[in-house]
Amino acid sequence: MIALQILIDGFAIGSLYGVGAVGFTLMFGVCGVLNLAHGGIMLIAGLVGWWAAVNHGAGPYGGAAVGILAGLVASYVTYFVVVRPLQRSRAIPKSEEEIFILTGTLLWGIMIQVGMDYLFSDNPVTLQPMLPGVMNIFGVRTPRNEVLIAVVCWVVIGLLYLLVNRTRIGKQLLAASINPRGLTLLGFELSHIYLVVWSIYGLLAGLAGVLLASFFGVSSANAGALTASAFTIVILGGLGSVPGSLVAAYVIGYAETITAYLIAPTLRPIPALLILVLALYVRPQGLLGRR
Amino acid sequence: MNDIRSFPDATRIHRRPGLLRRKGLWIAALVVGVGAAGPTWMSAYYLGVFTVAFYFGVFAMSWDLLFGFAGEVNFGPTFLIGLGAYGAGLMNNAGLPIPLCLIGGAATAVVGGLLLALPALRLRGPYFGLVTLVAVLLLLDAIVIFAGFTGGEIGMMVPSVLSVSATVNYWYALGFLVVSAAILFTLSRSSLGLILQATGQDRTEAAALGFNVTKFKVAAFCISALFSGLAGAMLTFYQGTASVDQMVDLSIAVQIIIAVVFGGRRTILGGVLGAIFLVLFDELLRPIGQLNTFVVSAVALLVILLFPDGVLGYALRWTDKR
Repeated sequence: MIALQILIDGFAIGSLYGVGAVGFTLMFGVCGVLNLAHGGIMLIAGLVGWWAAVNHGAGPYGGAAVGILAGLVASYVTYFVVVRPLQRSRAIPKSEEEIFILTGTLLWGIMIQVGMDYLFSDNPVTLQPMLPGVMNIFGVRTPRNEVLIAVVCWVVIGLLYLLVNRTRIGKQLLAASINPRGLTLLGFELSHIYLVVWSIYGLLAGLAGVLLASFFGVSSANAGALTASAFTIVILGGLGSVPGSLVAAYVIGYAETITAYLIAPTLRPIPALLILVLALYVRPQGLLGRR
Repeated sequence: MNDIRSFPDATRIHRRPGLLRRKGLWIAALVVGVGAAGPTWMSAYYLGVFTVAFYFGVFAMSWDLLFGFAGEVNFGPTFLIGLGAYGAGLMNNAGLPIPLCLIGGAATAVVGGLLLALPALRLRGPYFGLVTLVAVLLLLDAIVIFAGFTGGEIGMMVPSVLSVSATVNYWYALGFLVVSAAILFTLSRSSLGLILQATGQDRTEAAALGFNVTKFKVAAFCISALFSGLAGAMLTFYQGTASVDQMVDLSIAVQIIIAVVFGGRRTILGGVLGAIFLVLFDELLRPIGQLNTFVVSAVALLVILLFPDGVLGYALRWTDKR
């Protein structure tokens, strides 16, 4: 029975982590940006969504929509205020751009966290479930909301797959991740492509934040941990590899769930960290990464 | 990649005349003199503030040696600091005297530095950064799990303190800062510093020139760990506790990074400027409460957007131009 419970919970958590990490890895693959404000953006989506749902009577669906929109806006602000000026700065040598973007987004993430703490305090808030009630899956009582979250995650991942592989803009994204210079030579404007990536990223991070808020609840104190877990998943899967991130999301999701159920809930994050360190020693490029 | 802008410091070192060096030495002596006279013109409260700032300055310099010179993005300076602090604290609780504990704490940190150097030889950039982040998280977890020995999140009291006098503590901290700064600055301007810069910027080329890259990287990690750990241990015996909030937490790591980037990376001394600025700024902004972290981060972000070389880097460039 407990095995089934772990299977179901781990699947939901893994799907949620997957959606949280896919945008992050896409961003790195196409734009070469590691956004350490990732947790902050998820936080904004979750908290603003909750605020709209509770204080303005938007209801769970309205709140989710407002939250995703907030994630999108936060993503644009991150791009235009922090990342683009750093990329365009003449005073920063190209070889050090990566370090500056890491530091810049780290600071920006802290600003978001403290700002949200100021506006919403650090009490955890939970978005009301979009589908109330529980259902019975092979004898395991599972909240309907959990099922809905897993379904939404997979629909979104499927849409992303279609977008990247079947549409014109998606093929441009792929091309940009393989050879940006070649794409520029063919007459495509890279900055437009980057803007598209930041839009997709914002929507995905917003969705992940909203779903997280309705599953676990969010608090402004979580921003760092959210960034760290997305970072962990993405590195474990291989930087820039979307399928790798999905696999890694489930590895981490199940490792955490198993620890929480079978050992102790307080030790929850530790196995994931150990897996990561071991995996990096054996395979530094991650599970499905290219070198 | 190969334009001269990639190697700004290489050009600067060769152009720097002996006179400026001497001028820098005079300025440093003057600053240290004014600092040493601190107890005559500062209240006990501000002596305490500066004492913490000085230890923080050593944290920042040690981090700059790894980041600015060896080119390693170490998100976990507090892993080394925490090992030094808790190593020394545990030994003190076992009944050893302070000097032995300081040596023991520093040795623990150096072992930690070697542990970090292992992945650094295999992994690059963000991958290594994540491993250092994980090292901090694991240390935090270990401290909480073994709360019976370490006091967990509350912190671990130590029976001994360096001194009960604010003035004496201030001088200890200042002396430690000056000695560390002198050693680290000299190292960074020696051939070690140049070779580290070369390996940080292009490892293959440095190895092709015949330098033993592994040896120098490991040395950089050990030196950085030695000073971080020693500073962590000293801070523990100044405060009478080793605490997670003040020595291991990731927010401390972030502050160290801010201090170095603000002061000017790859300058060693810039980190001290940044650390003192950060601690003082924090004091000044105390009235606005929790928003002060917001303001400090915003200022640091503005600095890296507008003056990516930091305050000292900018000043050096300006004097070079004249």
